[in-house]
Amino acid sequence: MSEPQCWQDVAPGTVAFGATALEVETGLWRSVRPVFDLNKCVSCMKCWFQCPDMSVKLGEGGKVCGADLFFCKGCGICASVCPVKAVTMRPESDFSDERDKHGANPGGVADHVK
Amino acid sequence: MSIDLKELIKKPNPLTQGHRMCPGCGAPTAIRQALMAVDDPVVIVGATGCMEVSTTVYPYSAWRVPFMHVAFENAGAGISGVQAAHKVLSRQGRAKEGIKFVAFGGDGGTYDIGLQSLSGALERGHDFTYICYNNQGYMNTGAQRSSATPLNASATTSPAGSVIPGKLQRAKDLTEIVAAHNIPYVAQTTLHDPMDLIKKVKRAVETPGPAFVNVLVPCVLFWKIDQGDQMKICQLAADSRFWPVYEVAGGKYSLSYKPKKDVPLEDFLRAQGRYSHLFKKGRERMDLVAAAQADVDESWKKLLVKCAL
Repeated sequence: MSEPQCWQDVAPGTVAFGATALEVETGLWRSVRPVFDLNKCVSCMKCWFQCPDMSVKLGEGGKVCGADLFFCKGCGICASVCPVKAVTMRPESDFSDERDKHGANPGGVADHVK
Repeated sequence: MSIDLKELIKKPNPLTQGHRMCPGCGAPTAIRQALMAVDDPVVIVGATGCMEVSTTVYPYSAWRVPFMHVAFENAGAGISGVQAAHKVLSRQGRAKEGIKFVAFGGDGGTYDIGLQSLSGALERGHDFTYICYNNQGYMNTGAQRSSATPLNASATTSPAGSVIPGKLQRAKDLTEIVAAHNIPYVAQTTLHDPMDLIKKVKRAVETPGPAFVNVLVPCVLFWKIDQGDQMKICQLAADSRFWPVYEVAGGKYSLSYKPKKDVPLEDFLRAQGRYSHLFKKGRERMDLVAAAQADVDESWKKLLVKCAL
């Protein structure tokens, strides 16, 4: 099956491709940002298990290495479950200089939708 | 039955990021933890509800696996049909064996609207696992009461005010209703401990025949809690015996989590805005709190008898 070029090409009642939500930047909803202090973090994985958005990134050896800010909605569950207080929630305004980090068209829709 | 954490973190979850559930919602956590327990290829059927709506916003899909949405009332029938079709196809050698079938629905699609279809599927004995993520009301349409909404909770169709103090009826005990079908595995849990949910779903999926897991998940908007309080509130629900964590395997009841300390129901109620009318200064309704506590105590006592404790 070739990729649909526009919505009319997609068969009624179906979403043709799996895992396409990975293109949706839900991180744009965030008003507070989790900041991980990796020196304090003991990689107990509590935040990884509990994160509703699967936004806790794991690095080498499966250790927690921060939040995936493309998807993190800033709910603060990671900060709340952390037993060693390694996560602090900071207002997004502290990072206003990073505004354009995600490109000129954040949250833009995929080409096949246009 | 052991779960290897190292293996668990390597596996991509069937549910991806980028779904549009509210920040701090319990449902994606529950579905995600539940699906960590499934190793084989899996087919998912979802009833209408928050999870279905937010993971399949057209034309995006937050599923890495085959996913089917039928309607609000027939997730049970949908999963039966898919499972039966697979059985026929694999008998004819046209499909691989070893595929797992998981259906999920919210409490609206399970307690109320989909109950007949679920009951039928359980009675016919299809090999599937049904996961109910129970946030105790119709959240997708704006916090209406369902038959899972507990006593005294204020919902938009049972609003607390000068006439009534929130919902007047107690919640239906669906886990018991499902257990009465005498299916191989029924469990009830919440998000207080990820391993408990993962183990239960693993057992449910590995059990031949129908299995049912009822997971209490908080809804930030309806329960009126802080976005980050998910785990804390679930721990309170389990500790206050409001939501007993137990399983029924082959007709045998066993308690999976016994609260270590005696937490009064009041602590659980006070933590949520949907009960705030019970604790308004000068207009406290401690009589209702006491009645709800008595109700919880009685259910707990009955459960202990069933668990032979």
